[in-house]
Amino acid sequence: MELKLITANLGKINPSSIDDYLAHGGYRALQRVCDATETVSFTHDLKAAGLVGRGGAAFSTGLKREMAIRAEPTHPYPAPEWIPERYRYSSSFVVCNADESEPGTFKDRLLLEGDPFCIIEAMTITAFLACATVGFIYLRGEYPLAYERLTHALRVARERGYLGKRILRDDFAFDIEIRRGAGAYICGEETALFESIEGKRGEPRAKPPFPTDKGLFQRPTIINNVETFANIPFITLEGAQAYRRYGTKQSPGTRIVCVSGAAQKPGAYEIEMGTPLRYVIEELAGGLKPERTLQAILIGGAAGVFLKPDEIDVPLAFESLDAIGATFGSGAIVVLDDTAKMWGVLLRLARFFRNESCGKCLPCQIGTQRQLEILERMTQGRSRKLEQTDISPEELRLLRDTGAVMRDASLCGLGQTASNAILSAFDKKLIL
Amino acid sequence: MSDVTLTIDGQLTIVPQGATILQAARRLDKQIPTVCYHPHFTPPSLCRVCVVEVENARVLAPACSRIVENGMRVQTDSARVQRARKGLLEMLDSAVDLSDAPEIQAYANAYGAEPARYGAQIKRRAFPLFDDNPFYIRDYTKCIMCWRCVQACGEDAQYTFAIHRAGRGFDAHIATFENVPLPESTCVYCGNCVQACPSGALKPRREYWLEHGLDLKELARVSQLERREKSGDAK
Repeated sequence: MELKLITANLGKINPSSIDDYLAHGGYRALQRVCDATETVSFTHDLKAAGLVGRGGAAFSTGLKREMAIRAEPTHPYPAPEWIPERYRYSSSFVVCNADESEPGTFKDRLLLEGDPFCIIEAMTITAFLACATVGFIYLRGEYPLAYERLTHALRVARERGYLGKRILRDDFAFDIEIRRGAGAYICGEETALFESIEGKRGEPRAKPPFPTDKGLFQRPTIINNVETFANIPFITLEGAQAYRRYGTKQSPGTRIVCVSGAAQKPGAYEIEMGTPLRYVIEELAGGLKPERTLQAILIGGAAGVFLKPDEIDVPLAFESLDAIGATFGSGAIVVLDDTAKMWGVLLRLARFFRNESCGKCLPCQIGTQRQLEILERMTQGRSRKLEQTDISPEELRLLRDTGAVMRDASLCGLGQTASNAILSAFDKKLIL
Repeated sequence: MSDVTLTIDGQLTIVPQGATILQAARRLDKQIPTVCYHPHFTPPSLCRVCVVEVENARVLAPACSRIVENGMRVQTDSARVQRARKGLLEMLDSAVDLSDAPEIQAYANAYGAEPARYGAQIKRRAFPLFDDNPFYIRDYTKCIMCWRCVQACGEDAQYTFAIHRAGRGFDAHIATFENVPLPESTCVYCGNCVQACPSGALKPRREYWLEHGLDLKELARVSQLERREKSGDAK
């Protein structure tokens, strides 16, 4: 069911007015954290709340924070000279991943444009608990309005003492800087994002070491998606029990799903975890246009998988999607009706990954190119409606082999998921 | 420093903390093929040919850079590993001219790679020959993008930073900044990159042209001509 937990303020408050935000309960969570005599309980609470990352990987946010807090600073202190002066004295960093580039995903943009102070507050809370003095928002370059609103919000927060030195108490200093992406999908990968902030080529690093050990500038770093951060003030204020009231046992809370494609009312909807996909498409998004039938649903973005029309009753929660071999991913739901040309969609996906591969590791660099070529060969010189029987088994095996190598051997999530959607279309016999 | 106990192919072994899987496996005389790894450079872990299967891990791990952990169980030659290596070498062979890389060819044969599966109408690495300096040529059709030259030029040896990585995806390649000819770059002709190149993409100029049928006299004449042209003495 639709449930406004983290989007409650969207459209209700003036995103450029901190007074409006304060009047709607803003900065109460930060006040609570700053007044607390012990802070361990907040991280325990976050773990108990069962919040997992909303960017796609679904890693426990509480565990991530705990790992970063516990990480031993292995780097010499103060940091070496290649680190810019103003970052050298932060023992850890808080980074907000707002490089939302997964096709079909637009939830972070709405949160940043509609409620920028909430994200800033959540980052400040995290920074206080992790002893960070510098935070970064890595913002997608194509979001000029979000940039303006964030810049404004940061300035106002600084003026009002919610950022900068002595935030709510004498011994807490924290500030946030915005970094704008330049259009690379790969820079949404956390380690590539760090490289980008450090001024290097946006290419992923080998993991481990994980960001919680050696992240930005080789320091322990907490990096979360915008939507994940948006959950933090609520959990901090209300506690784990209150949060667990929503959603399912294994996937508590809510999720913003981004419906696009052939729906009548495409858009972002916040739903309680466990809401059936059918409800989202037919009730919230208004269903298909009259006299159209459902052909397929791409869930989780380009790195997600296709669902067949008869899988539309799956509850949208991590465990139930896992059970049918799908993934929630970034929350993108692309609805394809019978007018969509599946081959065109597959070619487009393959082209996307070919274009966005950074070219660092060989399986992704060559594999994404080969995957596109195989698909192009399959469609070449044939009628628009391609029967599955037209495909030679050798070609299909080659496509599967290429996909398997990319999935097993690639350096980062891009290559590992580049074949997911395409192979799932073949597995589910959606090609006709 | 304490020691770490792990199992490699069912064999219990104890190695010092901080060792990589590759180092641990080599102590047990296990052969793991490597392409981009060079013992003197930071492992970039990008060729992925050295991948091994770590129990309970979602994906395969590069042996060259993964640090061993207590209780780790590693398979260096499982069916999954073999499939990945075969596929990788197939891809590499289908994209790059490996004629000067006997080591990689040997791996490809050993793992039964069939690059011909990808057909003939495929994109391969195509670059003009860069013969812009008296010392070495750059033939990037043979480049496997292992970065060893960039590492040798940069932070792992020379600190010259004359070459870097450019382009993305399949078009990623090694280039000088702004694609200037090498003499206009910061290159000091130390030769470290030539030595590090595993696939013959970087080669001493004289060696290259001798291989391509020029005899020494001809080569001398060509260089003389070039020198004259350069000095503006076009007689």
